[in-house]
Amino acid sequence: MSLFAELLESSRNFVSTMGAVTLFFGRTMVQLPAALTRPGLIIEQVHNAGALSLVIIMTCGLFVGGVLGLTGYDLLLRFGSEDALGTAAALALIKQLGPVVTALLFAGRAGTALASEIGLMRATDQLTAMEMMAVDPIRRVVVPRFLGGLISLPLLTIIFIAIGIFGVQVVGVQQFGVDPASFWSQMRAAVEVSDIMEGVIKGTVFGFACSLIAVYEGYNAIPTAEGVGRATTRTVVISAVLVLIFNYMLTAVML
Amino acid sequence: MPHSTAAVPTTRPAVTDNLVEIRDVHYSVGGRAIFSGLTLSIPRGRITAIMGPSGTGKTTLLRLITGQSKPDSGQILFDGLEVSTLKLRELYELRRRMGMLFQNGALLTDMDVFENVAFPLREHTKLPESLIRNVVLTKLQAVGLRGAAELMPAELSGGMARRVALARSMAMDPDMLIYDEPFTGLDPISMGMIVRLVRQMNYALGITSLVVSHDVEELSILADTSYIISGGKVAAAGTFVELKDHDSEIVNQFINGLADGPVPFHYPAPDYYQQLLGEPQ
Amino acid sequence: MRSNRAVEFSTGLFVLLGFASLFFLVTQITNRELSTNGGSYGVQAQFENIGTLKVGAAVSMAGVTIGRVESIRFDQTVYKAVVDMRISSSFNRIPQDSDASIMTAGLLGGQYVGITAGGAEEYLKEGSRIEFVQDALVLENLINQLAASFSGRSGESGKNDEAPKSEESK
Repeated sequence: MSLFAELLESSRNFVSTMGAVTLFFGRTMVQLPAALTRPGLIIEQVHNAGALSLVIIMTCGLFVGGVLGLTGYDLLLRFGSEDALGTAAALALIKQLGPVVTALLFAGRAGTALASEIGLMRATDQLTAMEMMAVDPIRRVVVPRFLGGLISLPLLTIIFIAIGIFGVQVVGVQQFGVDPASFWSQMRAAVEVSDIMEGVIKGTVFGFACSLIAVYEGYNAIPTAEGVGRATTRTVVISAVLVLIFNYMLTAVML
Repeated sequence: MPHSTAAVPTTRPAVTDNLVEIRDVHYSVGGRAIFSGLTLSIPRGRITAIMGPSGTGKTTLLRLITGQSKPDSGQILFDGLEVSTLKLRELYELRRRMGMLFQNGALLTDMDVFENVAFPLREHTKLPESLIRNVVLTKLQAVGLRGAAELMPAELSGGMARRVALARSMAMDPDMLIYDEPFTGLDPISMGMIVRLVRQMNYALGITSLVVSHDVEELSILADTSYIISGGKVAAAGTFVELKDHDSEIVNQFINGLADGPVPFHYPAPDYYQQLLGEPQ
Repeated sequence: MRSNRAVEFSTGLFVLLGFASLFFLVTQITNRELSTNGGSYGVQAQFENIGTLKVGAAVSMAGVTIGRVESIRFDQTVYKAVVDMRISSSFNRIPQDSDASIMTAGLLGGQYVGITAGGAEEYLKEGSRIEFVQDALVLENLINQLAASFSGRSGESGKNDEAPKSEESK
C-alpha cells in the first residue's frame, strides 16, 4: 500500500476507534449507578491502580524533582537568578511534568495491568461465563476498574508533585546551597492555588482517558494470547498519545 | 442433592414436552452460511447430545440458544419463549434458568473455589451469608470438591476446574444445563467423573441436559437422543443405536471415526505429480 | 463480597496520602494565608496608574503582608483605576491619612501595595478610602524626568546667574 493509502487507513482506524471508545463509554455510564452499589469492588480497584503504583510514582517523582533541581539550577545560574529555582521548578512540576509524567507512568503500569487483566478474562471465556450467569460484565468488571483508575490518577499526580518538590529542594538547597528562605518564599509568592487546581484537573482528565482506553482495549481484545498482548501494547501507545494531545489542549485553555 | 454414595434412580419420569425447540434456523457470519435450515428439539428431562465434525458450528448453536447471537431467520424457543425477541432484561432472566459449563471451566481467576460457586448467588439473590455457605458447600459436595473450597482456580487440575464450574452452574438450580465439550482434554479418570456427574444431574434432579461434544464413546453411554450436525443442517438424529447403523456416509464416518470419507483426508491441492515434478510455481 | 482488610487499609492509606499531599501543596507552597482567621475589612484606593499590579497581590505595611488586593477595575467617571483591598481584621489601627503606593518587590518581582502610616487619630475601617496614593513608576516617565532634570540643570545655572543680576545692567 502506498504511504498515502496507509496514512488514510490509519486515520480512518483512529477515527473509528475513537467512535467505538465513545460508544463503549456510553455503555459503561449506563451501568454506573448499578456498579456504585458495590463500593467494595471499586475500593479494590483503587488499590490495584493507585496504591500499587505508589512506589513507582514516588520514586520517579523524586528523581524528576532532582533532575529539575539540577537543570533548573544550571539554567538559572546563567542568568543570575538561582533564587528563583523554587518558583521555576514548582511551576514546571505542578503544571506540566507532574500530570504528564504521572499519566505516562500510570499508562505503563496500571493501564497495561487493567488491559491485560480484562483481556485475559475475555480470552478465557470468563466474561462470556458472566454473561451466561446473567451478570453484566461491564457492571461487574469494567466500571469498577474504570472508576479505580479515574480516582487514582489525580491522587497519584498530587503525590508525584509533592515528592518532586521535595526532590528539587534536596538538590537545590542541600546540594547547591540555594538559600532555603528565598527558595520557599519565592515559590510561595509565585504559586497560586489555581495552579495546583490546574494540575489536579489535568490529572483527572488524563485519568479518565487512560482508564477508559485500558478497559476498552481489554474488553475488546481478540481472545487469544496474541490478542491480549496487542491490546496491552495499544493501550500504552494510545494512552500516551492522548495524554500529550490533551495536555497541549488543556495548557492552551488554562493559560 | 444426591450424596456421593446414595443410589442414583434408574428410572425417570416420562417426557412431557420439548424444553428447547429449534425450527428452520438460518444463520450466517461474514457471508459464510453456518446453519441453513436447522431443526431440532431437546426433550425436557433428558440428555441430548449434539455432535459433528469440527467447525460445524456447535458452539454457535449454543450461542443462539442462549441468546448471545440472533438467527437470520427461524425460531428458537425455550420453554415456549422466542429467545431472539427477548429484551436484555428478559434475556438475563431467562439465562438464570440455564446453567452453562464452558470448555475450560471459565472460573473467575481472582476468586477462590468457594467464591466462584457463590458468585451467582451473591449477584442474583440477597440470601444471608450462612445460607449461601450451605448452598455452596452442598453443591461442592455433589461434585466431590467440598474439601477444595479454599483453593484458587490456578491450583486446580483441568478436571477439578470443570467440576467446580459444574457446581457453579448448578448454584441457581437451573432448568437446563448446557455442557460445551465437557470431556475434551481430560484423563480417563476425570472423564469418568464428569460422565457420572452429568448422569447424576439428569437422573437425580431431572435437569434437561444438552451436551455438545465429539466424544462419541462417552456420549454413547450418556445420550438419550443425539443429533449429528453437518453442512449446516441436521444430518442424523435418533438414539445411538440408530445412528450407528445410519445410511448417511457422513454419519458413518463420524460415528466410526473413519479417517477418510465425506470429510476428506486431503486438503484440496493441485495434482501431486505435477507439483513435485512439474514447473516451479 | 471480599472484605479484604489489607486491601482496604492500603487503599485508605493511599487516598489519605493523596489528600495530605494536596494539603501540603496548597498550604506550604502557595500564598494562601488570611484564610480563616478573624475575618477582614475592605478598603479602597484610586490610582492613575497601577502598573502591573494584579488581583491577589499583597498589601503590606513595613514589609509585612496585612492583606490582599481583592479586585481591580477602571472607573470611567474619574478615569482612574479603583483598587479594592481586603485587610486582615487584626490590623485595625491604620490611620486614615496613610498613603498607599504601588511598589515592586525586588528587581524582577511582582508589584504590591505598600501602605505607609500617617498620623491621624481615626483609623481605616470597612469601606474607607485611602486618599493619598502614589502610582506605579512607569519607566518612560522616569526617563523623561531624568532627561528634563539634566537639561534643566544646565539651563538653570544660567538662569540663576542671570536672575539676580537682571537689576544691574550687564
